[in-house]
Amino acid sequence: MRSAIHFASAALALAALASVAAPPALAADTPNPAADARAFQKYFIDKFPKLKLADFVNGPYSLNEDMHKQWEEKEQFPPYEFSLDMGKEMFSKPFKNGKSYADCFPNKGIGIRQDYPYFDDKEGKVVTLELALNRCRVANGEAPFSYVKDEMAALTAYMAFTSRGKPFDIKIPNDPRALEAYENGKRYFYTRRGQLNFSCASCHVQNPGERIRAEILAPALGILNAMPIYRSEWGGMGTISRRFTTCNVQTRGVPLDPQSDEYRDLEYYLSYVSNGLPISGPGARP
Amino acid sequence: MASTIRVRATSSGDTTEVQALIQHPMDSGFVKDAKGEIIPPHFIQQLTFEHDGKSVFVANWGTAVSKDPYVKFSFKGGNKGDDLKISWVDNKGASDTTTAKIL
Amino acid sequence: MRNITRISRLVLASLLLMAAATSAMAAASEADFKTAYAAAETANKEAGALRDQWTVTATALAAAKKAADAGDFDTGVSQSREAEALAKASIFQATSEKDAWKDRAIR
Repeated sequence: MRSAIHFASAALALAALASVAAPPALAADTPNPAADARAFQKYFIDKFPKLKLADFVNGPYSLNEDMHKQWEEKEQFPPYEFSLDMGKEMFSKPFKNGKSYADCFPNKGIGIRQDYPYFDDKEGKVVTLELALNRCRVANGEAPFSYVKDEMAALTAYMAFTSRGKPFDIKIPNDPRALEAYENGKRYFYTRRGQLNFSCASCHVQNPGERIRAEILAPALGILNAMPIYRSEWGGMGTISRRFTTCNVQTRGVPLDPQSDEYRDLEYYLSYVSNGLPISGPGARP
Repeated sequence: MASTIRVRATSSGDTTEVQALIQHPMDSGFVKDAKGEIIPPHFIQQLTFEHDGKSVFVANWGTAVSKDPYVKFSFKGGNKGDDLKISWVDNKGASDTTTAKIL
Repeated sequence: MRNITRISRLVLASLLLMAAATSAMAAASEADFKTAYAAAETANKEAGALRDQWTVTATALAAAKKAADAGDFDTGVSQSREAEALAKASIFQATSEKDAWKDRAIR
């Protein structure tokens, strides 16, 4: 009987989610990232008229007054501090060959988070910060880290921390492959997948600020600015890769490999449409 | 290795407000790892805050406290510049101690 | 309360019906299982090529394999069919989403 009630409430929740989707206007065929980003930001500004643009980087904490109070307390003593310290230590420690992370990045890796991901014209693909960090390790004879947590989260936490306040500055060069990567990311974002038939947008465009069980859904605008995050639900830190794979699993889809082309393109798209919003990572979420 | 204890203690006249964050797995002994084997219990048993040679806060903890615990309390007394000594001992006999200045 | 009793009666009745139906069928052989399992795997591979596999498909496939390994080919076949149906549903989803996503994009 208990399971019947659960099922009924799940069905209700799904129905509620489905009914909110507004039918948008007809699709234009030529991709226009600049117009996309403007429309994307306008959608969220119209949806949450009380918020300033920069508030969106704090996700659900900007949408709910009680949560905002909790967050202010939390930020005095943020749970990502241990990870941040670990990242700082790792970042300054040289590899076995004497080189360090600083040698792999422009400006020695300090204050550059807002420029990632970027389109690499030699490879013809999108390169994310997590990918660049592991490539840096491999190029210097070190084993790559897991993309989803611990060390990778610590390193990206430190790199985001040194870039706090700098606005996302993702560029799409005049290269058909870059535009294609952007479009692929956009398609991934809006495509429904998994047995529950959710797209990224089902939650983070159509229902930000609404509850899904006890959680308040974050708006897609500015969602990556706060990465990596300490999720109380996870009991630890998670990277962008972790966020993408767990989102897929939660809709009962088999996740792709972290840093597969689709995820790289998705990160490219999502970061681009948040251009102009400040980096706020590392973040903390319930 | 950096300390496992983060403290911030601020005096406001007659009371001192203390916040602390401690890095510890706090394994309950009821959770299984990826291989299906029980992760043995590993938790802080006693946490102590001392000011001026006297304990101002003692917590006897068990497995019900979550990972990386956070504590906030205040006590009467304590002046700016005083030392506050914080220490914990866990069920495996490991421990850590740190001293912080009251701000 | 009365509703609950009615529901449980219904559930019981349908369970009995299902039990009757299964026992009436001839027991499945290893060959039946292999055919059903291969069909499910093929469908799931196709879903994989479309980058839209479902976790529940993998669960059903694993259950089918486990049952067959234990000699229970009836369950092996029914779980394989379940997996095939799920995989086909995911293929349908991926195909129908090919253009449908565009209508959802903010512009």
